[in-house]
Amino acid sequence: MRPPKRLRRRVKSAVLLGLCATAVLITLLPLASILLECFVNGAGAITPAFFLQNPPPPCNPGPTTPCPVGGIQDALLGTLLLVVVASLIALPVGILGGIYLSEFQDRPLARPARFLADVMTGIPSIVIGVFVFGIFLFFAEQGWISSFSITSGYTGAVALAVIMIPVVARTCEEALRLVPVSIREASLALGIPRHRTILRIVLSAARGGVITGALLAVARAGGETAPLLLTAGFTTGAITGLSGWTPSLPVLIYYSAAGGYANTTQLAWGAALMLVLIMLLISVGARLALRNKFGGRTA
Amino acid sequence: MAEPPVGTGTDPLPATGPAEPAGATPSPSQGPDRRRSFTGVVDRFFGGLSTLAALVLIALPALLIVIITQASWRAIVRFGPGFVIGQFWVPSASPTSPITFGAAPFVAGTLETSVIAMLIGVPLSIGAAIFLAELAPDWLRAPVASVVDLLAAVPSVVFGLWGLYVLVPYMRSNVDPALVHYLGWTPLFASHAGSQSGVSVLTASIILAIMILPTISSVSREALRATPDSQREAALSLGATRWEATRLGPLAYARSGIFGAAILGLGRAMGETMAVTMTIGNSDNFATSLFDPGQTLSSKIAINFGNALPLEKSALIELGLILMGLSLLVNVAARLMLRSMTRMGGSAP
Amino acid sequence: MTGDKLVVENLNAWYGKTHAVQDISLSFPDKRATAIIGPSGCGKSTFIRCLNRIHETQPKARAEGKVLLDGADVYADDPTEIRRKIGMVFQRPNVFPTMSIYGNVAAGLKLHGGYSHDEMDRLVIESLKKAALWEEVKEKLDQSALQLSGGQQQRLCIARALAVQPEVLLMDEPASALDPISTARIEDLIFDLKNQVPVVIVTHNMQQAARVADRTAFLYLGKLVEVAPTRDLFERPAEKLTESYITGRFG
Repeated sequence: MRPPKRLRRRVKSAVLLGLCATAVLITLLPLASILLECFVNGAGAITPAFFLQNPPPPCNPGPTTPCPVGGIQDALLGTLLLVVVASLIALPVGILGGIYLSEFQDRPLARPARFLADVMTGIPSIVIGVFVFGIFLFFAEQGWISSFSITSGYTGAVALAVIMIPVVARTCEEALRLVPVSIREASLALGIPRHRTILRIVLSAARGGVITGALLAVARAGGETAPLLLTAGFTTGAITGLSGWTPSLPVLIYYSAAGGYANTTQLAWGAALMLVLIMLLISVGARLALRNKFGGRTA
Repeated sequence: MAEPPVGTGTDPLPATGPAEPAGATPSPSQGPDRRRSFTGVVDRFFGGLSTLAALVLIALPALLIVIITQASWRAIVRFGPGFVIGQFWVPSASPTSPITFGAAPFVAGTLETSVIAMLIGVPLSIGAAIFLAELAPDWLRAPVASVVDLLAAVPSVVFGLWGLYVLVPYMRSNVDPALVHYLGWTPLFASHAGSQSGVSVLTASIILAIMILPTISSVSREALRATPDSQREAALSLGATRWEATRLGPLAYARSGIFGAAILGLGRAMGETMAVTMTIGNSDNFATSLFDPGQTLSSKIAINFGNALPLEKSALIELGLILMGLSLLVNVAARLMLRSMTRMGGSAP
Repeated sequence: MTGDKLVVENLNAWYGKTHAVQDISLSFPDKRATAIIGPSGCGKSTFIRCLNRIHETQPKARAEGKVLLDGADVYADDPTEIRRKIGMVFQRPNVFPTMSIYGNVAAGLKLHGGYSHDEMDRLVIESLKKAALWEEVKEKLDQSALQLSGGQQQRLCIARALAVQPEVLLMDEPASALDPISTARIEDLIFDLKNQVPVVIVTHNMQQAARVADRTAFLYLGKLVEVAPTRDLFERPAEKLTESYITGRFG
């Protein structure tokens, strides 16, 4: 009775392991398709005008009517502004938070702060959007800001910052923890005060990891759509600073994709190609920053 | 773990260490003391600053709950607990119905899409994780793993665009007809009039399944990699096949980590907005068949928020409150699971 | 006189570019315990791991040569069947943490299948008795194996290996992670076990080899230096190298 059982076990093993390999292929398929479609449908939209124009009125090309594809100029600018302002808020807070989690980990706040930061990273971004909208709504109800300022670039930047802060804090913490205790001790033994030890020695030793974390957070913020939909709004017109409705690349893709008009659809694909390329670039950059992180250099 | 035995912010180390010979200070009674206290102040200031940042980390979730509750208070007061089971969304009064808002179809849509996404996505991502952690040769492992992780870097609106222009037509012309042909007799796959457009609960669920793949598979992969070799060898030495050794060793050892990964994926699926909004069909009715269009909590917020009047906005924010509650529940559960994994990893042989 | 149960002919093994086992030929008689001693890094672990083909499951590991079990080449058969016939106990106890005590012992039986409920119960109890663990765990068979002490866990691993009724039992420094009392119990156990199944034990502890083994082989830098009845090897080593090692001049 043993031999058939043995054969069955071998076959079962081979089949299940084969299924695991197939699962990897199935996982890679959508990624390949997404990249391919972005190139095929979007590459044609990317001309110099693509960077110098704004979205056109939707239309389908007729025999006589011209139907321009337009461009992403102000949306790209808007995304840039939003991300920069969000980073100005989130990076200092996040890195200081990460320092607390790593360097003051025996203090009572460290454990709850770490746990809640983890929980925050799992909160849907649209809920963050609702949250930040709620904050500015409250400000408006108190009369501190005009109710026209609720939907503005500043609100959007705050929403992105809220998304970024826990990500930056946790990745910064992880990076700092990789720095051996002996380096801190060596520095402190030289009489270098603690804040300088952390800022000059530990942070610099861990800079690869910290930069990676910051880049990943920037990438995540730059690709967000839902919270901006609720906070920054959108306009196909020119950007007027962050105090008004602020267009962004992801929201442009969302609005341009709707309706199925030839020109805006192509614009959406072009913008998607741009966005994906930027994301891939950042993600490759993050990997490179990690490569020469602490360990390769200092140790 | 091992905190360096150094002074805390309130207990600064002497600024004059071996680097500074005692005789070098012109007035020994004053100089070092002043420097020490100055360093102490800076150290304390810096410690305070990072404590403030930690407080922000703690305050954000608390503030989140308070603000969202506050902003949805109007709707909470007006509709009470009936909001959660209410089936209709009528933002302006008509002769047949007064203004009323109810969350039930959207809660159902969120649960429905995320459960189907899990059914499709979890086996795939665990399979991929097993391949990448246990089976793939070294030269293949790292590159394929980073490509899988790249999937997580694709913005969700791009998934939505791809879903709308690639997946939806494919579902409409290939997948849906085949499913109707073979499974149309079950209510789940019943084909209604007008439900053949390709935008449907099923399409949105498939997109979600794809989007949670990298999350679940990379966390599971880490959990599997953390299994000591001795576990694999224990199984192999009993005469296990490669699959059996994987099941007895890493899969059993990492099971709470994999479970935590799956729950993280569930959290992501429940909250995902853009890709769902663009492929689900945005219908406020209950979807009885998977081919029906539907709506989730997040897609309803995204679709209606821009043009909503204050009362409807408040109701939409209450949808956000429900979504936040669901995802908090799921995320806390996932984090606790993942934490118990690290604990087991520490004590097991 | 019993015949040789396991015969190794010209075995070579590599870890990447490291030639860890070099052309070793050695035979293991039935109903005897054979110890393999030598300084760390001499290839004794790699050698024993080739006997049940677990060496080759490591990345970049490779083995060549013949290992004959009752005359049949181990390297020509299905490795899963070989590993069932040639059981192994490792340096550190590696119980399955998610399984009960009973589940651990029954794990191998469940894999190979074909056992009735009663048969399985009987084999589990028998193996636990053989591993001298039964009295300590009979009241808590359904509890997690993790709550046993290190020594108990190692005996559980021995019971787990015995349950599938192996024809040879390999032990790779089975007591190196244990306290002296647990070590003594394991040594007693090996002494009893060898009457039922030939035991091959790797150890860096010469006293241990002297206490449990009938024959002892000395390995140095991947090569077999000498193999002899344990008493002879320790009292009248034929090779200078062996003598220096057992008198503590190196290692």
